[in-house]
Amino acid sequence: MLSPELGHYALALACILAAAQGILPLIGAHRRDRRVMMLAPGLALGQCFALAVSFACLIYAAVTDDFSVQNVAANSAVSKPLLYKITGVWGNHEGSVLLWALILGICGAAVAAFGRNLPTALRARVIAVLGGVAAGFELFCLTTSDPFARVWPAPMDGQGMNPLLQDPGLAFHPPILYTGYVGFAVPFAFAIAALIEGRVDAAWGRWVRPWAVAAWCFLTCGIALGSWWSYYVLGWGGYWFWDPVENASLIPWLTGTALIHSAIVVEKREGLKIWTVLLAIATFSFSLSGTFLVRSGILNSVHAFANDPARGIFILGLLAVVIGGSLALFAYRAPSLTAGGLFAPISREGALVLNNILLCSICAVVVTGTMYPPFMSLLFDRTISVGKPFFDATTIPLALPLFVFMGFGPMLPWKRAQLWPVLQRLWLAAILTAIAFGVAAYGVSGLLPVLSCGVAVWIIIASVTDITERVKLFRMPLAGSWQRARMLPRSIFGTAIAHAGVGITVLGLAAMSQAQHKIVEVPVGTTEHLAGYDWTLQKVEQAPGPNYTAMVATIEVRHNGALVTVMHPSKRSFNSQNQTTTEVSIHTNLLSDLYGVLGDKHGTDAAPTYVLRLHYNPLAPWMWLGALVMAIGGVLSLSDRRMRVGAPRRAKPISEIGGAA
Amino acid sequence: MSTQDPNKPCLTRRRVMMGVPLAGAAVLGVGFWKMLSGMQQGSFNPHDINAPVLNRPVPDFTLPDQTPGQGFATQDLKALTKPILVNFFASWCIPCLAEMPTLMALKDDLELWGIAYKDRPENAAKFLQHSGNPFTRLGSDRDGRVGIEWGISGVPETFLIGPGGIIRWHSATPLEVETIRQTLIPLLAKLKTP
Repeated sequence: MLSPELGHYALALACILAAAQGILPLIGAHRRDRRVMMLAPGLALGQCFALAVSFACLIYAAVTDDFSVQNVAANSAVSKPLLYKITGVWGNHEGSVLLWALILGICGAAVAAFGRNLPTALRARVIAVLGGVAAGFELFCLTTSDPFARVWPAPMDGQGMNPLLQDPGLAFHPPILYTGYVGFAVPFAFAIAALIEGRVDAAWGRWVRPWAVAAWCFLTCGIALGSWWSYYVLGWGGYWFWDPVENASLIPWLTGTALIHSAIVVEKREGLKIWTVLLAIATFSFSLSGTFLVRSGILNSVHAFANDPARGIFILGLLAVVIGGSLALFAYRAPSLTAGGLFAPISREGALVLNNILLCSICAVVVTGTMYPPFMSLLFDRTISVGKPFFDATTIPLALPLFVFMGFGPMLPWKRAQLWPVLQRLWLAAILTAIAFGVAAYGVSGLLPVLSCGVAVWIIIASVTDITERVKLFRMPLAGSWQRARMLPRSIFGTAIAHAGVGITVLGLAAMSQAQHKIVEVPVGTTEHLAGYDWTLQKVEQAPGPNYTAMVATIEVRHNGALVTVMHPSKRSFNSQNQTTTEVSIHTNLLSDLYGVLGDKHGTDAAPTYVLRLHYNPLAPWMWLGALVMAIGGVLSLSDRRMRVGAPRRAKPISEIGGAA
Repeated sequence: MSTQDPNKPCLTRRRVMMGVPLAGAAVLGVGFWKMLSGMQQGSFNPHDINAPVLNRPVPDFTLPDQTPGQGFATQDLKALTKPILVNFFASWCIPCLAEMPTLMALKDDLELWGIAYKDRPENAAKFLQHSGNPFTRLGSDRDGRVGIEWGISGVPETFLIGPGGIIRWHSATPLEVETIRQTLIPLLAKLKTP
């Protein structure tokens, strides 16, 4: 029943519905015709349903091994486990574009479902913008990357999946990351709607913020998952390579982080309005360009997608319409938006401005570093590489002050503040930071790691202090503090937790700079010493797998004679794809990772030697744990009543109150 | 009207400022379009940037010593009578580290010359001390200038230099045993029997 043709039809239907959704509500809003405007939610829900059917058809084709579908034949095989048959649907270009469209459809449906308290015209325009963008990408999917194309005669078995992608972490990485990317379409749509209406006010800030925070949570988790994947799959012991694909996800995260902060200023003080609108446009534009430029093959990356310049031209045209169109509208309408009031530099809003300046500077640096090589190559026919040294040298000096200001920013009052009383309240954080500096200077080498350790402790303690000060912990009976804590808005806790998450990540990064590693070429039975552990290579065996043969090593790790763990790093050669992968073995106790990699086999068969790579990575899990804590903070602040767009209004209409009286 | 006059230049300035993002995006867009059309015609290929250097003489350069080896220059490569491998590496590059055992295993069959790319000499020296030093000669490309001349896109990159200093082969990924067996060794055999 769920045939590929039905899926193809549903996709075409979704495209038509999206086009209608992009045009009709705009006309309705322009003519103030309520009936036409009320079409928007229905169209958005319909489009989402059609896309869901289409996606279900593709999954069904993959699960039932329908190799007459070209996409399935090229990426799946009978022997593939069921989980990867499902997740493999979005592991390739065509499927991932369909997933992208589906998530955009869900965003539109979510605005339709949860946006009931928005003014009708604003909601109609927001849904229309989402529909217009969706129509473009569904057209792209239909014309240049059709996931339902048939192949005849159908092959007996598929070609199988890239073994690197056969991994649970990577299976769930794309949906989460895409939800983050695409989620920023909603703030974007709000920005465009505001530009069309020519009005940005505090209410707009309040409406747009939950959507931005939700997308930000997903993007944070997505980036962390991607980094974790490259840590344990690529087997280089690294977690971030400043690769264009990684930068493509970091850039919107930076502007998105700036957006969720500047939207607070719009909401509370009606300031930074034009800037916030621009950030909303920029964040989604960067999300779009990032995901799609990577596929066009312009950016040189280790994460290769099948590149097709013809596809690239279509994408570029689409980007020109979406990004160019929105920026043109911005250039046309933004000058007539009323600018917000001036405010004192030392105040909460002043701190938020500083946050925005620093985040956007980091973003500008990353954009420059990523785009410089292709442009140099285009303009001067010279190739250069911009690597880790450039990014480290430029981003860290901008990030450190950001971390310092993060500590006391949330404690500054609005409008006009005094720095000194706030700093006084942070005496405990200051003392602990000083101790952290001392400890780090003793145990850690290098100036930057020491500074990073210090600021990480500063952020964490300052975030905790923010809460303890607000609930007057130990300055009044505990019951009173508890009462105050319950009265605090959840967004305050959300902020503190998210900031503490940043601190945890920074601490992990700083500790990782102290990671130790060793590469040795040894025969079986040798013991190596690294970071106070004794690593003994016990044996290396051949082990057959379902579609590969593996060479598995057994490494015993002992600390002062006591057995810590037995590791089994392996190297798999896949017969069908002529590819080898290394399976890293990681033992973690949350404070440090022991990380073992089995390399090539050298020497003669009679006396073989094996290359082993051993890493000791202190606090490595904290980098990703911190990101999770940030996302939890975001979710907590989303659960704040003020942030819930769909929250029922508790206040009764005046007429009703009058009637009761 | 008189009240609007002082605002007028301000409004124009604002209009210009609000147009800046559009102008920036347009410049980027035109650049991308040029790249894409170049890729279609084959005149621009970001993945194969080094194609032009193949079968050409090595570029002009001079490299200072990098402990524990002696630096080298264009003339040294042009004076070669047997093929050697030139490898760009850096202590900050993790794939380079992963590549080192392969180079160590290779050094008895093929001479290796190393260039420490954008790296502090002391860091590079420490790196070689830890991972072993497969290189016969070592140059320090502290500011990356020589890397630009060679057209490298990152580290590690490896060039096979034939007799007379001609670039015969190039790899922009870490060398693996498979690559050496399947590509490099047949190529060497061909170079040795002209």
